[in-house]
Amino acid sequence: MIPLQVVAIALVGLAGLAVVTARDPLRQAIVLGLFGLGLGVLFVVFQAPDVALSVLVASAVALPFILLTALAKLGGRDPG
Amino acid sequence: MRRETRLWLFGVAGAALAGLMGWAIAGLPSFGDFQGEYGRILNSVAEPERHVWNVVSAVTFDYRGLDTLGEELMLFAAVMGVALLLREARDEGERPEDAVRSDMIGAVGLGLVGPAVVVGLYVIAHGYLTAGGGFQGGVATASGLVLLYAAGRYSSYRAASPRALIDFAEGTGAGVYAAVGVAALVVGAAFLENVLGLGTTGTLAAGGTISLLNAATGLEVTAAVVLICHEFLEEVM
Repeated sequence: MIPLQVVAIALVGLAGLAVVTARDPLRQAIVLGLFGLGLGVLFVVFQAPDVALSVLVASAVALPFILLTALAKLGGRDPG
Repeated sequence: MRRETRLWLFGVAGAALAGLMGWAIAGLPSFGDFQGEYGRILNSVAEPERHVWNVVSAVTFDYRGLDTLGEELMLFAAVMGVALLLREARDEGERPEDAVRSDMIGAVGLGLVGPAVVVGLYVIAHGYLTAGGGFQGGVATASGLVLLYAAGRYSSYRAASPRALIDFAEGTGAGVYAAVGVAALVVGAAFLENVLGLGTTGTLAAGGTISLLNAATGLEVTAAVVLICHEFLEEVM
């Protein structure tokens, strides 16, 4: 495993931790998008560009969008 | 349950899970040491048999094209469900003024609309040559259009993607995929069999039905994502 791959794995691990420890849903949705971006980088450095593109569009574009609109519909930053 | 008991429970369960995970990871084959026979065979036969470089596309749109048809119809059904549930008796009248006030966000975001759409179309078009394909490119193209809303205003987004056109594109994408499969039956081959000329490897005119199915998927996914964004944004407008 090359150093770049170790760095990518560490980044994804840190981003995952950041997602579960973020308490504010709005913040969490944004951090989740960054986590998806990190996963995309991970798959690129592991030579899986097809999977990288899929994970990018699904977890860095589509999922945050749906979460953000749902949060906007609920009105506040904290749906309780 | 008391906090102390919970921590104990978590400690024991977490330690057991960590041990099992470590054991499983230690037993993985080393990176690049893939032993699956199916993958090895496909890597060597896909290019001579189907004249495409991206073996992933050869699998999704040809060898396992039927699976992708199922996925297309699943997406189609899911999007129809969203439209049926949310698109009823909605007030289409006045909308609040929602133009983005920050010049910076507007300039950067709207400047990215063109590049995002072009990259999306490129990823669709070259799906069977390089990484990507109809699904990934479709979402990228749609996200470029959604930037019109995110960095501009909702009415621009709606104007760039008229509902009638999007509905038509959604149905056409799903329909063309199935029609290509039926067309193979008509000429006496199996459902979704690659019956077109395979063309020259490395050009856009290669892969036979792979290019058609890839384009149909791109159309379907682009329209599906734009339509979902329409319906979700209508809810919050």
